Amino acid sequence: MPIRKVMKANEAAAWAAKLAKPKVIAAFPITPSTLVPEKISEFVADGELDAEFIKVESEHSAISACVGASAAGVRTFTATASQGLALMHEILFIAAGMRLPIVIAVGNRALSAPINIWNDWQDTISERDTGWLQFYAENNQEALDLILIAFKVAEDERVLLPAMVGFDAFILTHTVEPVEIPDQELVDEFLGEYVPKHAYLDPSKPITQGTLAFPAHYMEARYTVWEANEAAKKVIDEAFAEFEKRFGRRYQKIEEYKTDDAEIIFVTMGSLAGTVKEYVDMLREKGVKVGVAKLTVYRPFPTEEVRELAKKAKVLALLEKNVTFSVGGALFQDFSRALINEKEKPVIVDFILGLGGRDVTFKDLDEALGIAQKALAGEEFDEVNWIGLRKEIL
Amino acid sequence: MAESPFKAEIERVQKEYSEKMTVGAIATIPGSSVVNKTGSWRVFMPEFNRDKCVRCYLCYIYCPEPAIYLDEENYPVFDYDYCKGCGICANECPVDAITMVREVK
Repeated sequence: MPIRKVMKANEAAAWAAKLAKPKVIAAFPITPSTLVPEKISEFVADGELDAEFIKVESEHSAISACVGASAAGVRTFTATASQGLALMHEILFIAAGMRLPIVIAVGNRALSAPINIWNDWQDTISERDTGWLQFYAENNQEALDLILIAFKVAEDERVLLPAMVGFDAFILTHTVEPVEIPDQELVDEFLGEYVPKHAYLDPSKPITQGTLAFPAHYMEARYTVWEANEAAKKVIDEAFAEFEKRFGRRYQKIEEYKTDDAEIIFVTMGSLAGTVKEYVDMLREKGVKVGVAKLTVYRPFPTEEVRELAKKAKVLALLEKNVTFSVGGALFQDFSRALINEKEKPVIVDFILGLGGRDVTFKDLDEALGIAQKALAGEEFDEVNWIGLRKEIL
Repeated sequence: MAESPFKAEIERVQKEYSEKMTVGAIATIPGSSVVNKTGSWRVFMPEFNRDKCVRCYLCYIYCPEPAIYLDEENYPVFDYDYCKGCGICANECPVDAITMVREVK
């Protein structure tokens, strides 16, 4: 029987790692994800997890050790956040290019400067072009489940790409919720053992990994990463379906909430989706036609699902905790791209909010709704809006 | 100059590379790095004086590449396709049979 335990998302991530039985975990502590490797090191020390726990001197080394271990042919896991993920940046490309299915748990945190340890998504969003798959958890249960699903998808022979699972700093990493820990046998059946056919260490069959490619071959190698990202779309759906069959919890690339007759759909990711669902419930009682769409999968970008979603609404209001300077948010770019050649498309309004752990309140959402309603009425509106900004101190 | 002992290997690897891109661009044939001729990085090249050579093989042993192999009479042969011009061979040679000269003037 699965057991229910009250735990933080960090602990949930550590439990997910324990259930996935990686052979190597290399990690360096960084707020807010420190507790993940801390908890895993306890599991290893107590003999509950048979794995090599490598203590390293930086995140660059952590991911490098993971690349080495994964290239040797074993399941590999690490955890990080913010500056730590940024320090891993160059190796993230290498992991994806070498097609190593490493999984990283990321406590989503703002980037410096100024130094800020609280939540936004700038860290993982900044790595969106590395080739890694990206999942975002709304709550602690999703943090656990999505890590298991990430392993399943990453290791699929049609995909073979690394994956990161983001969960919001402090809002999830340090907040306790009841989490169901699935049975080990069921997880074993779901994941199976990782037996790589391309990347492994066998002295009797020497291969060279991380090769040099001249201009005559580099483009083809990168294209295989593109193809793998495309293939991942179907594999993710299959993994979600199998996960639901075994564990009863349903995931979708884009989870919709009260969108069927909605005129305005709020689009968001991570824990913010929970807040917005509450807000939408409140508005629905007042008869305002609004809904929520939550992206569980951000990379590969669910283009087809976005196009379906766009048919349902007159206005898509994107709520995002990240910024691309002079452009808007990352979602704004991705949604614009997905819809630009559609004949009928909704108006897209972008909202940047909650950066660096600023609370997103109903008052902020009221402000966003006001602008979205202006767009709905055909009035003039700003494409990109910073919500909850303290203009009086500027 | 004697022909490179890697010639057949180079041709074999080049053939495989041009036929199929592997997952993760993995080179499945050992020794594939011989395809990538790296001698062009060089600024100084070793110049060999056969008359002075006593065939002690120190240059052959110390070459980190290894870009020196031995001919039928056991004299060193420098493979300029891979020699980086590091000068270790010239430094180790006890009889000054190797001198480093600027290759590009």
